[in-house]
Amino acid sequence: MKVLVPIKRVVDYNVKIRVKPDQTGVDLANVKMSMNPFDEIGVEEAIRLKEKGVATEVIAVSIGPQEAQETIRTALAMGADRGILVKVDHEVEPLTVAKILARIAKAESPQLIILGKQAIDDDSNQTGQMLAQLLGWAQGTFASKVVVEGDTVDVTREVDGGLQTVRLKLPAIVTTDLRLNEPRYASLPNIMKAKKKPIDAKAASDYGVDPAPRLKVLKTTEPPKRKGGVKVKTVQELVDKLKNEAGVI
Amino acid sequence: MAVLLIAEHDNKSLKDSTAKAMTAAQALGGPVDILVAGQDAKPAADAAAKIAGAGKVLLADDAQYGHQLAENMAALIVELAGKYDAVLSPASTNGKNFMPRVAAALDVPQISEIVSVDGPDTFTRPIYAGNAMQQVQAPAGKKIITVRTTAFKAAETTGSASVESVSAAKGPGVSEFVGEELSKSERPELASAKVVISGGRGMQSGENFHLLEKVADRLKAAVGASRAAVDAGFVPNDYQVGQTGKVVAPELYIAVGISGAIQHLAGMKDSKVIVAINKDEEAPIFQVADYGLVADLFKAVPELEEELKKQGY
Ligand SMILES: Cc1cc2nc3c(=O)[nH]c(=O)nc-3n(C[C@H](O)[C@H](O)[C@H](O)COP(=O)(O)OP(=O)(O)OC[C@H]3O[C@@H](n4cnc5c(N)ncnc54)[C@H](O)[C@@H]3O)c2cc1C
Repeated sequence: MKVLVPIKRVVDYNVKIRVKPDQTGVDLANVKMSMNPFDEIGVEEAIRLKEKGVATEVIAVSIGPQEAQETIRTALAMGADRGILVKVDHEVEPLTVAKILARIAKAESPQLIILGKQAIDDDSNQTGQMLAQLLGWAQGTFASKVVVEGDTVDVTREVDGGLQTVRLKLPAIVTTDLRLNEPRYASLPNIMKAKKKPIDAKAASDYGVDPAPRLKVLKTTEPPKRKGGVKVKTVQELVDKLKNEAGVI
Repeated sequence: MAVLLIAEHDNKSLKDSTAKAMTAAQALGGPVDILVAGQDAKPAADAAAKIAGAGKVLLADDAQYGHQLAENMAALIVELAGKYDAVLSPASTNGKNFMPRVAAALDVPQISEIVSVDGPDTFTRPIYAGNAMQQVQAPAGKKIITVRTTAFKAAETTGSASVESVSAAKGPGVSEFVGEELSKSERPELASAKVVISGGRGMQSGENFHLLEKVADRLKAAVGASRAAVDAGFVPNDYQVGQTGKVVAPELYIAVGISGAIQHLAGMKDSKVIVAINKDEEAPIFQVADYGLVADLFKAVPELEEELKKQGY
């Protein structure tokens, strides 16, 4: 079976972003970009399924600017077989991404699509679920364990109260949580090999999807800043302050 | 603007995130009905009926909603959504699971984790782990919204709405519940506790979390953790506080052996008072702490418990 892994190019998780003073957005000039960490976990899971002989082909798809090709190369270097880049130069909303992915899924007929549970830039946590709905498929979100068995997949999910396991009919959608696996680093030979793997270049119009955003961003601002506090010398002083100054205990 | 609010519950009882999301729903400025979808969920529906501001409570009681499977929940909500201009849900792992399906079915964008309602179609939400706030305006059409409930006060429970049964929708039949492993604890829930004490990698083992539990018992606190502590297997996944875990905003948050990575701060920086106990005085957690104690936690935490005990907590 084929596995599709959608991946997003985002600001690296180590970067402390800056809001533009004119409130028009976040300053992305000269900022380090990487594959969304949850998507890396998705790529790793797909490759492991291939190594176990469950998956036959792993296709990495990114919807984004030309530079997202580097992100696809990273997935190819990790072990994905080929890539599809759907070039869009502005931000794309989750529903738009889901619509494009739905068209790709119809063309490629994967049995499993593994996405990250959220992108660490817009923190939306929507795309996988939307894609599942558009395709009429089942979904196993926030996955910490994925077991494919015949024509079903068991997904153990990280939920508010603990863990929940669901059984889904294939084809299905999985979205990854942090503890599903630890993604590998690509080795140098694999990085070289990845350069020869094919990447299809596409546009949103190839899929009949209008990529224009529908939510209007009015402004982007700094969150309220916390004032730095004081250091206390002893536990006794701490308890006294919490009781008599802050009044929280 | 008629609003449908999806209740968060475990069939037996209602989570207080429902009453908090109610405050957001009412800010949209219209009558609000509450949907309780569950199995043997009459007690939860009765509790929902007490939330002030509820027009009526719709109870969809059916085995297929017992575990809130996203496919079935979405089918039900989409069927009911016709009569409403907006559908809201707490941004719990349930709401996050089914609401985007509803949005996709209705072909509208979803607005995730709003922290304020600025107008009938205008909302503010955090992006980049809360390092920026984005104000967005929704297009015409139904509004599908999840609510970061820590940003809203709970509505009163002085109401007496009627409970009406609604029939189950036909689910797509593509998923089934297999099992669950829920953390059991006598302590308050992380999301609603007034005091939270969290441990990080500095705790060194799951065993050592007992030190925090002793303090938690004195302060009626919930116990949380950083990702590093969860990844290391010290505590279960549902303890994780942060950008990709739970968001908490208690009166008092005590961070023990936690460095203060942005992903962790994202989940707790709206707490009223923050205490940090860390042996590294350069740790970034001190930049957001109201009270910082530079100390070895293995000495400071037992001392803290002792002092609280002495003072009658
Ligand atoms: C995609 C993504 C999502 C993430 N989501 C989250 C999230 O939701 N929540 C989260 O917490 N993290 C998250 N992280 C991880 C985050 O980046 C940090 O790695 C993590 O928060 C670090 O945990 P920590 O502070 O416990 O560990 P460390 O950074 O290792 O800090 C340990 C601290 O303990 C102190 N210490 C050690 N021993 C003692 C002692 N004896 N006494 C006192 N102090 C001591 C040290 O000085 C140090 O400051 C995420 C990361 C990624 C990439």
